[in-house]
Amino acid sequence: MTTQHEMELIDSAARAQQAMDDELAGEKMIINMGPQHPSTHGVLRVVLELDGEEIVNCWPDIGYLHRGDEKIAENMTYTQFIPYTDRLDYLAPLANNVTYAYAVEKLMGMDVPPRCKYIRVICAELARISSHLLGLGSFGMDVGAMTIFLYTFREREKIHDMAECISGARFTTSYTRIGGLAHDMPPELEPMLRKFLKEFPAAVDEVDKLLTRNRIFCDRTRGIGVLTKEDAIDLGVTGPCLRGSGVDWDIRKSHPYSSYEDFEFDVPVGSVGDSYDRYLVRMEEMRQSVRILQQAVDNLPDGPVNSPDAKILLPQKEAVLTKMEELIHHFINVTEGINAPPGEVYFSAENPKGELGFYIVSKGGGAPHRLKIRAPSFVNLQALPIMARGHMMSDMVAILASIDFVMGECDR
Amino acid sequence: MNLQKAIDRLKVRLGEDVSAPVEFRGETTVTIAREKIVVACEFLKKECGFDMLTDLSGVDNYGEDPRYEVDYLLYSLAEKCHLRLKVRVSEDDMIVDSVTGIWRGADWHEREAFDMFGIRFRGHPNLKRIIMWEGYPYHPLRKDFPVAGIAADLPETAVNADTVRSAPMLGGPFVPTAGTRSSIRREPRQYDTIAEQDEKLAHPTKKEPV
Repeated sequence: MTTQHEMELIDSAARAQQAMDDELAGEKMIINMGPQHPSTHGVLRVVLELDGEEIVNCWPDIGYLHRGDEKIAENMTYTQFIPYTDRLDYLAPLANNVTYAYAVEKLMGMDVPPRCKYIRVICAELARISSHLLGLGSFGMDVGAMTIFLYTFREREKIHDMAECISGARFTTSYTRIGGLAHDMPPELEPMLRKFLKEFPAAVDEVDKLLTRNRIFCDRTRGIGVLTKEDAIDLGVTGPCLRGSGVDWDIRKSHPYSSYEDFEFDVPVGSVGDSYDRYLVRMEEMRQSVRILQQAVDNLPDGPVNSPDAKILLPQKEAVLTKMEELIHHFINVTEGINAPPGEVYFSAENPKGELGFYIVSKGGGAPHRLKIRAPSFVNLQALPIMARGHMMSDMVAILASIDFVMGECDR
Repeated sequence: MNLQKAIDRLKVRLGEDVSAPVEFRGETTVTIAREKIVVACEFLKKECGFDMLTDLSGVDNYGEDPRYEVDYLLYSLAEKCHLRLKVRVSEDDMIVDSVTGIWRGADWHEREAFDMFGIRFRGHPNLKRIIMWEGYPYHPLRKDFPVAGIAADLPETAVNADTVRSAPMLGGPFVPTAGTRSSIRREPRQYDTIAEQDEKLAHPTKKEPV
């Protein structure tokens, strides 16, 4: 005669709760992860409370990369702050330049020519692809798929070459100016970009084949670090993390800026909100960025890239050296900066990591009274304890990689 | 519900405690009495659909009274609109009620405002410094804090006021003395001019005391 036993299988979150409630539970261990841990992608420190190998609680500790960017901004002109925006999300400097330029232009109440808007779209989307490639590469490496890193970095290299072609620098681009761009897009960029757009989808498919149905990758990411829709909204999480949790919200669609309303693209949305969904969202976003780039390069309007207002943009060098009025504008622009009206504006754009916002309080004059940077990584990292609770210590790496944060932006 | 309607309803709910809305570049700001911020936020979230707290930041209006303000940027995913709430905080009583009970996302933002301005948030579950280290004595984003920084001790570390000297114009506490020839050349924020550096390199025995 056989006897039947009923076995109760509970999920890891409930198990962790049970372990906490259990009076006989062993002593909890507090361990320190970072700030030099390779999977923390920079200088994030996480204090973990472990019960055996399960995470009972965790506390992210930030501030190791604090440089006081907001204080610095208050003591310089608006144009002088552009190079500092390169160093916020240093994996997508072009996108930060674009967002900052739009924020100050909103304060000035000015518009830029259509060609400038399209070039800025090209910059922002190149930055998005570059950031996602790095995010995916290190994600793969963190969970044991070393090869991916090499594949994504091969592609990323091409984007850096294009950034160099656009701005002269591979990382610290500082390409935008208030009211325009440092200079027009060089003609050599177009063939480079077209070649890249032709080859890149195949490279995404390659990564796709290596990861998306990879058994080990799926096991390491599916059901790991679930962030529900409600939690994501409550915490103010934005970007691929929010969309991975199933909220269809993208600033490019809901508040189109930089002529994004002209472009046809889809916004991928996840269903579960786990690390795997966030990975899938980023994967699809790269394909959509290719679509946007293709349309931008096909329909790039002619005309000037800079707004004609000489009181905001530096005049042409030849004019400065030969004409009186331009010389005065140049002098005032360089010494006092642009004369912003008093008021406060908030401008945010869909950056690779989420909503990057600049809140500028102006009391008039050439420097901001207060410039607050609403950094997506800062806000998204708040969700870490909620995602990590109840998972194994080794899942922490996958969760961190799937948030895809960058500390330069988080600590500012 | 659109933005205007939400503001009207908030006005009915709170009366005198809500100021008239201010428009600038298409953004709406209302000032709320300090004691009523939690009530206002709760109302706007539950009744008017402002389900997201996008941003929260402190501002120091040095020389004005009340000196500080806290700005809350609310967002409604359904209506796709922003609303900014402003609370003025005087220097004598720098306490604002915490909105962490309404949006958990306010946690780090409030800690940052506390860290940078010293504004205290009553009812915050874990109000401690977030960016500067614990035990740091100042609030750096206040206007009376010099941009050059003030030397502060980091106990039990290799880098503190004794081992570090500040840069020209008091450039902050984190400029360690240069060790090698090349780093002297590399580091532009030294005391010495280029000519003085060259002089020192030519006569390395004349070592400057640290």
